[in-house]
Amino acid sequence: MSVALPAADIARALTRISHEILERNSGSDSLTLLGIPTRGAHLAKRISAIIESIEGKPVQTGTLDITLHRDDLRLRPPRAIMPTSIPALGIEGRNVVLIDDVLYSGRTIRAALDALGEVGRPKTVQLAVLVDRGHRELPIRADFVGKNLPTSSNQSVSVKLTELDGSDEVVIDS
Amino acid sequence: MKHLLSINDLSKVDAISILDTAEKLARVSDGPMKKLPTLRGRTIVNLFAEDSTRTRISFEAAAKRLSADVINFSAKGSSVSKGESLKDTAQTLQAMGADAVIVRHSASGAAQRLADLEWMSGSVINAGDGTHEHPSQALLDAFTIRKHLAKGADDLTGLRVAIVGDVLHSRVARSNVLLLTKLGAHVTLVSPPTLLPVGVSSWPVDIAYDFDSLLESVDVVMMLRIQLERMSDLFFPNAREYSRYFGLTKDRLQKLKPGAIVMHPGPMNRGLEITADAADSARSVIVEQVTNGVSVRMAILYLLLAGSAGEIAL
Amino acid sequence: MTKYLIKQGSLADGKVTDILIDGERIIEISQNISNSEAQVIEAKNCIVLPGLVDLHTHLREPGREDSETILSGSMAAAKGGYVAVSAMANTSPVADTAGVVEQVYRLGQEAGLVDVFPIGAVTQGLAGVALSEMGAMADSKAHVRVFSDDGQCVFDPLVMRRALEYVKQFNGVIAQHAQDPRLTVGSQMNEGEVSSRLGLKGWPAVAEEAIIARDVLLAEHVQSRLHICHLTTAGGVEIVRWAKARGINVTAEVTPHHLLLTDESATSYDPVFKVNPPLRTQNDVLALRQALADGTIDIVATDHAPHPVEAKECEWQEAAFGMLGLETALSIVNKTMVESGLMNWAAVAERMSVAPARIAGYADHGQEIAVGSFANLTVLNPTLKSRVDRDRVASRSRNTPFHGIELPGVVIATFFKGKATYSFDAKTSEISAGGN
Repeated sequence: MSVALPAADIARALTRISHEILERNSGSDSLTLLGIPTRGAHLAKRISAIIESIEGKPVQTGTLDITLHRDDLRLRPPRAIMPTSIPALGIEGRNVVLIDDVLYSGRTIRAALDALGEVGRPKTVQLAVLVDRGHRELPIRADFVGKNLPTSSNQSVSVKLTELDGSDEVVIDS
Repeated sequence: MKHLLSINDLSKVDAISILDTAEKLARVSDGPMKKLPTLRGRTIVNLFAEDSTRTRISFEAAAKRLSADVINFSAKGSSVSKGESLKDTAQTLQAMGADAVIVRHSASGAAQRLADLEWMSGSVINAGDGTHEHPSQALLDAFTIRKHLAKGADDLTGLRVAIVGDVLHSRVARSNVLLLTKLGAHVTLVSPPTLLPVGVSSWPVDIAYDFDSLLESVDVVMMLRIQLERMSDLFFPNAREYSRYFGLTKDRLQKLKPGAIVMHPGPMNRGLEITADAADSARSVIVEQVTNGVSVRMAILYLLLAGSAGEIAL
Repeated sequence: MTKYLIKQGSLADGKVTDILIDGERIIEISQNISNSEAQVIEAKNCIVLPGLVDLHTHLREPGREDSETILSGSMAAAKGGYVAVSAMANTSPVADTAGVVEQVYRLGQEAGLVDVFPIGAVTQGLAGVALSEMGAMADSKAHVRVFSDDGQCVFDPLVMRRALEYVKQFNGVIAQHAQDPRLTVGSQMNEGEVSSRLGLKGWPAVAEEAIIARDVLLAEHVQSRLHICHLTTAGGVEIVRWAKARGINVTAEVTPHHLLLTDESATSYDPVFKVNPPLRTQNDVLALRQALADGTIDIVATDHAPHPVEAKECEWQEAAFGMLGLETALSIVNKTMVESGLMNWAAVAERMSVAPARIAGYADHGQEIAVGSFANLTVLNPTLKSRVDRDRVASRSRNTPFHGIELPGVVIATFFKGKATYSFDAKTSEISAGGN
């Protein structure tokens, strides 16, 4: 087990991503942040807080559960369904930023795009992830990446967050 | 878990997990996503060897909201009513590639036989077997009770439920007794002695013959359908006398404590076990039971079918 | 005919001896017989019983030869250690005329593996209304002495009274299937805690006990002979006990399945456990065992009831009542009565051979194992265990409730009037050595 990203690096990465999001979207007025439960939702809250502190006003933030849209449901026991909460202004015509902890095969993001399609038609959909570990199985890439972590597919990458795990760190298990 | 045949198949944790999942699915259904791709490509057969439009429609709506392909195989005109054996029916369903079969049958144990005999590999969901059980009905009833009365708790601890009427012939009563007591509720069966099974003393319930004595203390009154044919089998003298002692009338309704709710699995015999006043009153959650039925059945289908075959689902 | 020498078998009283059979009879009983012409049966550690006699067998012929024939039923009987069976009257056509009973008797003789004694119907067509020609059946070549509407109760008290009276002229006996039909309309299983759970319509014990009570009083009143088929309830035992103490001429039977199984079996909804009268509670089972041990219940009778696969591979409430019994009866009695210490082998010989032969008047059967007696013998290895396999039964049907269960006791050989009608072949049977 090795620590790939200590707490301070995670904080710096989130701050950088927040600035990049603001820069790309010319401020926060058109933004809707949607975190993918479980850890993506917590990361979205943190990014939302950072953006609010920079811009001085709250940004539209919610969650998007993709469980019911997964294409690998038959391969494992059913997962608990997590809450989806779309913020008040909806997603129609908005610049939606999907936020997740780890980008790997890309299948979660594909499911998220499907789930989003059921909700409405955003102007753009962007993707922010804390870690991109490679091994994509679909033509998907992230717009904002905290850290690129080259891994082999038999390693596992786990993101720990204070809200759930008591401390912040990203570790790689072989 | 592969099948849902009886409430006995569920632990308390399992049952709560179904209710929780149903709650989340209900929210999804209320929101912008009406239809989910979750069971796309799965084939679900509604095998109804006995008439029950409402249960069939409820399961059908649940399956379709999860994008499953639904085949209705109903008794009228089908081979089941012509005496085709359960085995032949099951083998036909197997040949059609059914991932799940929702079975309504007039014989107690029919769903269990389908599941046990390995004539087909899909999941079996009991949608009412004879006078045995109707687990999805009990789950939707528990869901409705929890929503109204549990005050945020995940079970039904401390709630008092009266189940009133023909317990002997009621699969709804059997499943509800098992489930509601499992979830911590206190259940009293109210019925003429002729309509209670011999052996009921072993059930985890109280028995009362006097409906009026309970009105002020119960949180839930669950009325059971009474069939008029029972009169000819000497279970009670006539409809008038039955209603007088065991019907939910306007007078009885007024004696219920504040917040108490009135339930009925449907279809109702208005004027027999329940008057129109009671059925349509503000206390009645009968229509809501139907709505909740879809969410609960979506949860059952999701938990049984979304996962890989053979693994523990809950 | 071949001579047979049974070596080193234990008689029911525990005495170890050799038995020499020549022709139809036993010609010598002593230690260390040697006879070079005789075929030897090694019976060390085996029990030699008088050949078993069943008073309650459904052979289905004529009418339902798809489920059993007199020949296949005779083979099953021989395999189970039986030398005589009593073919119940509920065939198609019903055995309610001399013609039908003579046909059944003749087919039994042709099969030649056991004596097949037909039971005559009490009422025409088992309808419970008009008496059948019991006199003609008694006078026929089949020499019928036992009459029963089994499957149906003789419910009308006047019909039952007349039947009991009528059979006195030829020392017949009425074997009553005690079941009040009004209390058991649509009944599926014992009425009690389990039926309340399973939602299957109950068959209350009182429906059996009420008829037994009525009929022992009728038998007393008309001074006739009554036999109670398949007694199943603790309450029924009490009534029979009372009647016997009162001097009423009543006998009673219990089936092997009612000595072992309870209504809990129905929780599988597997109709192989569906039988009439139904499996009862553990309390009833214990009362039946006690009553068989103390003689309140006189005999074990199988109620062997073969059914085709489709009659059991269905929903419980659609399925036929009944289970196979002939091939497993002795093992079950061994398990429930002997191994439990309730009965010794002498009592087994009495309950499964001597008493049924006496009740039915089968003079050639139930004889003492003695020089000059008919060589009707059952050789049982009581410690060998075998697993019941419904695909290897001699019966034409496979509805045994004991499939997959290991039972103690294997019939090694059956002799019917000096003829070896069954001999166990260890090579083709799945056997595991029992005990330690």
